[in-house]
Amino acid sequence: MAFESMEEWIQYCRKQSVSAPEAVILEDIHDRGVTRAETWKQMAGMWSAMCQSDGEYDRTLISQSGLVGGAAGQMEDYIKTDHTLCGDMIGKVIMRALRLGESNACMKRIVAAPTAGACGVLPAVLITTAEAEKFSDEKMTEALFTAAGIGQIIASRAYIAGAMGGCQAEIGSASSMAAGALVYLKNGSPEQIADAAAIAMKNLLGLVCDPVAGLVEVPCVKRNVVGAINAMAAADMALAGIHSAVPADQVFDAMKEIGDQMNSSLRETAEGGLAATPAGRKVREKLTLH
Amino acid sequence: MNLYDILGPVMVGPSSSHTAGAVRIGLITRRLLGDEPVKAHIDLAGSFAATGKGHGTDRALVAGLLGMQPDDTRIPDSLRLALERGMEVHFHEVQLTDAHPNTAVLHVETAQGRKLELQASSLGGGRIMVNKLDGIEVNFTGESPTLIVHNLDQPGHVAEVASMLSHKAVNIATLHLYRNRRGGYAVMVLETDQPVPEESVTWLSHLEGVMKVTYLNPTQEEDNGL
Repeated sequence: MAFESMEEWIQYCRKQSVSAPEAVILEDIHDRGVTRAETWKQMAGMWSAMCQSDGEYDRTLISQSGLVGGAAGQMEDYIKTDHTLCGDMIGKVIMRALRLGESNACMKRIVAAPTAGACGVLPAVLITTAEAEKFSDEKMTEALFTAAGIGQIIASRAYIAGAMGGCQAEIGSASSMAAGALVYLKNGSPEQIADAAAIAMKNLLGLVCDPVAGLVEVPCVKRNVVGAINAMAAADMALAGIHSAVPADQVFDAMKEIGDQMNSSLRETAEGGLAATPAGRKVREKLTLH
Repeated sequence: MNLYDILGPVMVGPSSSHTAGAVRIGLITRRLLGDEPVKAHIDLAGSFAATGKGHGTDRALVAGLLGMQPDDTRIPDSLRLALERGMEVHFHEVQLTDAHPNTAVLHVETAQGRKLELQASSLGGGRIMVNKLDGIEVNFTGESPTLIVHNLDQPGHVAEVASMLSHKAVNIATLHLYRNRRGGYAVMVLETDQPVPEESVTWLSHLEGVMKVTYLNPTQEEDNGL
């Protein structure tokens, strides 16, 4: 069985004297009866697919509904002016989150991480960090094993689908996974990985899924940016030695409790929130006429 | 969930349920038909009808019928490709009672006139469930090797299939039996842990009282000529 709590995962790392991703790899080998080479190849494939999606962004594409497209191109031009508030590093994180979110909306190939709607969070922080720190593909594959390990625990304690638990389950989960992966890359301890995952998720608890016209476009694309930047901040806090007062497992349990209480109009049905605003309704009406 | 249910699939966007799942519904229809359809009438229900266009559900279903996988970058172009290959495609919106919100009904036909009607729903994360086959209720996902036997509703057919599988050391994971009426037309759907040898599938299809045998191998490579 895969780990069902961060606590169990940390204990396993301590007892077996293995790294966080190594523990996930060993569990996967045991779980699915695959070889190390097989699971490694599959995860390395996810990393290269993420990099490919980022590289193939096309700023001229517009989504079927006409609502999104080109924003990552605008961000790229703006970064080049050297006048950003966020600086080069965070500027690129924003740009990449937009790239992947827009590529997804424009029917390009992406990696669901954990979902298609949240596909921009992990690549935005991981590709930008790999570029800045010159990390190898091997190291990045290990970071993805770390992220997936966190995602498995979230999925077993709560959920990773907007229809079940709102956007907190998608962007929240992606951000939590990304924060833990970043801490691993910067040589943080398993406890710090758990702290980062907890902090990132806490910051996005309660986020609802209210897509305009039911499409994975507004506000999904820009929420990938928030998930990515939140992951960077949570990872830096954990690496600074700042603890989460509520342990990660209890934060995930809280996410489930909040999701269970969330009205169905705020769980991907496009009946509430932004979808129900006058602007949101207008988009829906316009699309229905076509 | 396993690691790659969390990270993955690699897919063409924008939605794992409305796009990736829809490709898989088209693909499973093609495999069950056993050939590329030349005609496809597709009914979209629920959320597939309401938001399908914006999610590319129409193009995804046709891409699957053409033999594409969910990560095929030609999915957005599938309607044009279908036209080029002489596949006639029509879409309709329908209301279905007691169906999952993301459901499609596909009526397909090969050049030789062989027909199939399939109702399937997309469950999220790219996973699907086939709900009806030629009007008979079934429930299978296509994630495991799946054997579908259409036979006359008479004694002995389940035993024939079970003993053949036992002989080939294939373990049955699930087994469901359906029929339209007593002594009428019956369908048995078996999901197995190991693949079923091709010659055994052929052997089954020649048995007295067996009308049709279809076998789905999830790891099968598509020969789509695209």
